[in-house]
Amino acid sequence: MSFLEYRIKSAPTGLQKALHLNWSLILLLTAVASVGGLMLYSVAGGNADLWAAPQMKRFGVGLALMFFVAFVPIWFWRNMSVLAYAVAFLLLIVVELFGSVGMGAQRWIDLGFIRLQPSEMMKVTLIMLLAAYYDWLDPKKTSRPLWVLIPVVLIVAPTVLVLMQPNLGTSVLLILVGAAVMFCAGVSLWYFGAVASLAIGAVASVFLSRGTAWQLLHDYQYKRIDTFLDPSADPLGAGYNIIQAKIALGSGGWAGKGFMQGTQSRLNFLPEKHTDFIFTTLAEEFGFVGAFSLLALYGLIIAFCVVSALQNKDRFSSLLILGVAANFFFYLAVNLSMVMGMAPVVGIPLPLLSYGGSVMLVLMVGFGLVQSAHVHRPR
Amino acid sequence: MRRNARDIEDSARQVNRRALLLGGAMAAFVAVLGGRMRYLQVDQADQFRLLAEENRVNIRLIPPARGLILDRNGVVVAGNEQNYRVVITREDAGDVDTVLKRLATLIPLGDEDMAKTLAEAESLSPFVPITVADRLNWEDFSKIALNAPTLPGVTPEVGLSRLYPMTTDFAHIVGYVGPVSEKDLAELESPDPLLQIPKFQIGKIGVERWTEDLLRGHAGQKRIEVNSVGRVMRELDRVEGQAGEDLRLTVDAGIQNFTQVRLGTESAAAVAMDVQTGDILAIASAPSFDPNLFVRGISQRDYAALTGNDHTPLANKSVQGAYPPGSTFKMVTALAAMDAGVADEETSIYCPGYIEFGGRRFRCWNHGGHGTVNLRRALMESCDVFFYELAQKVGIDKIAETGRKLGLGERHDLPMSAIATGTMPDKAWKQDRYKENWRIGDTINASIGQGYVLTTPLQLAVMTARLATGQKVVPRLIHMIGTELTPLPVHEPLDFEPGHLSAVQRGMFDVMNGERGTGSRSRIVDETMLMAGKSGTAQVRNFSQSEAPTANDQLPWELRDHALFVGYAPYDAPRVAVSVIVEHGGGGSAVAGPIVRDILLRCLTGGIPPISAYPADQRARIETQFKEMPLRDLGPDSPTKSRA
Repeated sequence: MSFLEYRIKSAPTGLQKALHLNWSLILLLTAVASVGGLMLYSVAGGNADLWAAPQMKRFGVGLALMFFVAFVPIWFWRNMSVLAYAVAFLLLIVVELFGSVGMGAQRWIDLGFIRLQPSEMMKVTLIMLLAAYYDWLDPKKTSRPLWVLIPVVLIVAPTVLVLMQPNLGTSVLLILVGAAVMFCAGVSLWYFGAVASLAIGAVASVFLSRGTAWQLLHDYQYKRIDTFLDPSADPLGAGYNIIQAKIALGSGGWAGKGFMQGTQSRLNFLPEKHTDFIFTTLAEEFGFVGAFSLLALYGLIIAFCVVSALQNKDRFSSLLILGVAANFFFYLAVNLSMVMGMAPVVGIPLPLLSYGGSVMLVLMVGFGLVQSAHVHRPR
Repeated sequence: MRRNARDIEDSARQVNRRALLLGGAMAAFVAVLGGRMRYLQVDQADQFRLLAEENRVNIRLIPPARGLILDRNGVVVAGNEQNYRVVITREDAGDVDTVLKRLATLIPLGDEDMAKTLAEAESLSPFVPITVADRLNWEDFSKIALNAPTLPGVTPEVGLSRLYPMTTDFAHIVGYVGPVSEKDLAELESPDPLLQIPKFQIGKIGVERWTEDLLRGHAGQKRIEVNSVGRVMRELDRVEGQAGEDLRLTVDAGIQNFTQVRLGTESAAAVAMDVQTGDILAIASAPSFDPNLFVRGISQRDYAALTGNDHTPLANKSVQGAYPPGSTFKMVTALAAMDAGVADEETSIYCPGYIEFGGRRFRCWNHGGHGTVNLRRALMESCDVFFYELAQKVGIDKIAETGRKLGLGERHDLPMSAIATGTMPDKAWKQDRYKENWRIGDTINASIGQGYVLTTPLQLAVMTARLATGQKVVPRLIHMIGTELTPLPVHEPLDFEPGHLSAVQRGMFDVMNGERGTGSRSRIVDETMLMAGKSGTAQVRNFSQSEAPTANDQLPWELRDHALFVGYAPYDAPRVAVSVIVEHGGGGSAVAGPIVRDILLRCLTGGIPPISAYPADQRARIETQFKEMPLRDLGPDSPTKSRA
């Protein structure tokens, strides 16, 4: 693969690149991250040092990283895809063997200044590799079974490792992101249809066999599934968090209770209020207006990415941008569905808002790639 | 690998198509999320707002101050005392053990108490205050306040607890309070939420119990904000409660104290009442106990001492004790006979010292016989035979009817505990109770207040008041509720012939003032306060034993006769009636009579009885006796003047 395919003569060079960055996207990201800082300040009860300041520092580092990635030509990153994937995959194996386990069973490697979660790295490198794969592959072969099997293996292999951690949320995201890239690359819809019906069939047979002589799981396993799907059945145990989250959201009403006035969050009724459930505090304190505005910001970020992908004539760049956008979308879709009681609770943070380093840095690297693809797009 | 431009164009278009599809799907899902947000935050907002309020707001009750109980002049009989206590909060203390040990060097704190506190601290949430010591004196309390910096987490607190400043004097009237028990709660249909407060004090017996609803007051309320683990964050608002009503009893603390002290260590009871209003001026039962012991939680040893005492200090003998009235009942027999027309004031009967009936000999107390006696003499000298004869003519049913008219065999409803009904027997009663026919012998026994007749000291006082006034005097104990005087009852006249009543009254006058009156040793010589009365000596042994009488002082205490005496004064304008019983005291006129006289004089004069009211030959002895009485000093601002 050479970069001769690009009409590089029109690509900006040096500091000129800064003029060609997608500044609206940077502004949106900064806006969302600022909201995050504000909410972390609020849930800490007015203590900036606890969460808000470290998080904003991380965002600063993330921004710097984004600029760095953006200034490096996209073809360099494309050439690095295989290596990046291999490194991430190796790290996944390493944490499996030596990593530390913490809350939410996420495994990490402590680098001192940051707790590196290889599973997060894996997402971006998977997107890169899949985009590079489809860029390399003759589009005509896209839907041939053998050429479909290769990306499936590339997706499933790290997913299994992450699932073993065990981290259900990230595994699901990996599959979804991988599937999204394959979808955009033009893999025949029949495959998606087949996988979807297979999955539905499997789930259906598990549930339909329940109570019969040939049921597929043990009774206690069914009970776990029940609580997983319907937490309200267990209001003091598994359901407590989601019930309190809904109360916080709902009681925010139209305009909210005001900054730092959220009773649910201030009085500790909310679980994980600085991480996965941070949206509930925002919704409680700023109401529907605030919550919907945040959703609109997220929507705009995704929309900017999609538009950028549509404008980009380079296959790798388009697929990469779409993959990053889809990844971002799945984060917020799963997290918001979860806190609004539409989906079971799996440990997925709200991107750019939830307290946490790995996700923030990996997301910013992803947006760096988006910027790089934007800056170095064929003109 | 080179691709032609066409292929590149195609694949780019393909990607764009799919990108739009994906973008569309994402937009659709974002719309769903927005819709869900709208549903929760706009449509369902009110419901969730309510739930959030329920989460954060707790309602706590503020216990009201319990109403005071005062005597008729405003002397505090049951009050509220500042209770100094020390509480510790684990999270502020850090190392509870060390802090407690330091605390133990300042105030008396046993190892057992410390261990209990420590265990409690471990088991409860770290922010819950635990009481370390209760009822500290001011000195210890201020020591803790001074040493506060070295005692992290230790807070001195002030609360209210019940105090009975009159200790033993009012124990049987007022009773005491104690923490609500499961049993108390079970008895109530819709218990006041206040009662759910742990260790909330309610009246257990006596006035404290029977006027509980007045004394308790109404709870205030404060709304507090709590966090998810129940820690109190702040108070949102409060509505003050309403303190309980103060009650004024009809009892005069001075008279009550005098009465209690006068009964001394005897197992005895006395009731003094205003014959015009029915106001109970004193109602004492001896020996008594200190109700404060019960409020503080009585020790096993103290309780065993109270229950093991054969003089039964816990029993309220004045209303609970039912005794044979003995000769104090003779007025009833006399009135019944006159009312039935079988006798009048001049009826004379010969007393040979006994009568024979049905093969049994019923003796007069004077075995030598009284000779011929009329009604006045029969009362004055307490001739039994006279009443044996009278009773046979009039019959038990008439006697019982008269007794009931005078307040015997009736439960007088005062706000006190364990008020007994006594027994005013008649034929139907015996049939009902023993499934046996009434015998004439029963009537003969009943005529002198023996046999089945049982009365309480309260009933005897009511009887005396009714005899003195001819009116249906009803006893009462509550003088004022809050600032409202309880209305004085209008007493109906008892429909006795005035002549009959005055004949009995004259007889009672002679008991005291007649030369051969059984109560003449207990007479009042002051012309303005002349007294009428009647003695009674009730046998507790059965009659076969009394056939061969033994002197009382040679018998074991529990077999001796009960000494009774009733009286009122002044004779010509009755104001106070008193009844006294001394269990196993011996002769009524010798033992109970002097007590009745002292109480009457105490009521009438409003102070220590003037020595001039006593017969000259007794004055020296009585003066000494009064000097030795350990009377309570009620203080300069507690008026003790008589209200009678």
